[in-house]
Amino acid sequence: MVAKVVTVSSGKGGVGKTTATANMAAALAAGGQKVVCIDGDIGLRNLDVVMGLENRIVYDIVDVVEGRCRLRQAMIRDKRLPELYLIPAAQTRDKNAVSPSDMVRLCDDLRTDSDWILIDSPAGIERGFRNAIAPADIVVVITNPEVSAVRDADRVIGLVEAEEKGPARLIINRIKPEMVRRGEMLTTEDVLELLAIDLLGIVPEDERVVVSTNRGTPIVLDGKSLAGQAFRNIARRLQGDSVPFLELDNQGGLLGRIKGLFRPGGD
Amino acid sequence: MSGFLDRLMGKDHRSANQAKERLKLVLVHDRTDLAPGKLEALKDELIAVISRYVEIEPDAVRVEMEQEGRQQRLIADIPLRAAAQRRRRG
Ligand SMILES: Nc1ncnc2c1ncn2[C@@H]1O[C@H](COP(=O)(O)OP(=O)(O)OP(=O)(O)O)[C@@H](O)[C@H]1O
Ligand SMILES: [Mg+2]
Repeated sequence: MVAKVVTVSSGKGGVGKTTATANMAAALAAGGQKVVCIDGDIGLRNLDVVMGLENRIVYDIVDVVEGRCRLRQAMIRDKRLPELYLIPAAQTRDKNAVSPSDMVRLCDDLRTDSDWILIDSPAGIERGFRNAIAPADIVVVITNPEVSAVRDADRVIGLVEAEEKGPARLIINRIKPEMVRRGEMLTTEDVLELLAIDLLGIVPEDERVVVSTNRGTPIVLDGKSLAGQAFRNIARRLQGDSVPFLELDNQGGLLGRIKGLFRPGGD
Repeated sequence: MSGFLDRLMGKDHRSANQAKERLKLVLVHDRTDLAPGKLEALKDELIAVISRYVEIEPDAVRVEMEQEGRQQRLIADIPLRAAAQRRRRG
């Protein structure tokens, strides 16, 4: 086994990095892969609550780096899935407690014994982000179809390229198909044209994301959720499968097609 | 209905299009660290330097950033003054 290290970043905060990390991890693990998640957001840890593992934390990543415990002791196993683990962030320390080379060393120790290592990056482009991308084989950038999120994503994509970790792959999260149809939200094509990188997935706005986060159970295990479906598809694409993108924001439907007829150039 | 008329007349005021057009410009400058004002200054200096060697049409000079994927390219189009025109003037 030689794990691939996938870092999930965004630039702008609150666009869905932690949600995506937890759900890609759960989807991969549900498919029989051995997955280790690392919460890279030291001081503002959240991956533990989103995954529903907050009550089982004993040691954290800073304990590992500073030698207070062995790596295996800081890995919390998610008992609901065959082989899913979390290494939590420290809550009472700051980002400088871990360095990029610490992250590389930690991931090298994990690599031989897992299929995937998923790192949840903090918002911003400072130390925590540098730590998170240092060991990455693949960087996934998450954005929302909204001006400031797209602008910040572009910045992060540029930094990832400069660090020779590119090309990054894009997830567009929280798409509202109805707004897209009205022309009041950027389409997937718009965002791809602006950012000029490969698309890994599109995820709709979905109330069930909040419900599943409330419960601490991944949405990929909810068969009825479209967002869950989207994250399952993303996990498959990471494994190299070619899976068609969900049809979220096309001009489909009779009304859409009629409107399309009147638009000059048909866009 | 006015949105429909705008579309017929080729105008598009829908906010997604405004977002896209605004982002296009912002990203060009973010990626290069070249503020819009600096591009103007660069153009003026370029005109001054080239004019020392060859006669050009200063008003027709265009200096623009072009995108090719995530690659940026600075394109300068500098029309030379026609030889016939030079003779007439000279
Ligand atoms: N597709 C979605 N539909 C509805 N809500 C969503 C969706 N994706 C994320 N959210 C919600 O958006 C909020 C922010 O998500 P999340 O915490 O994953 O973002 P983040 O990028 O990790 O934030 P931070 O930068 O603070 O770490 C959460 O409340 C989450 O439940
Ligand atoms: Mg987060």
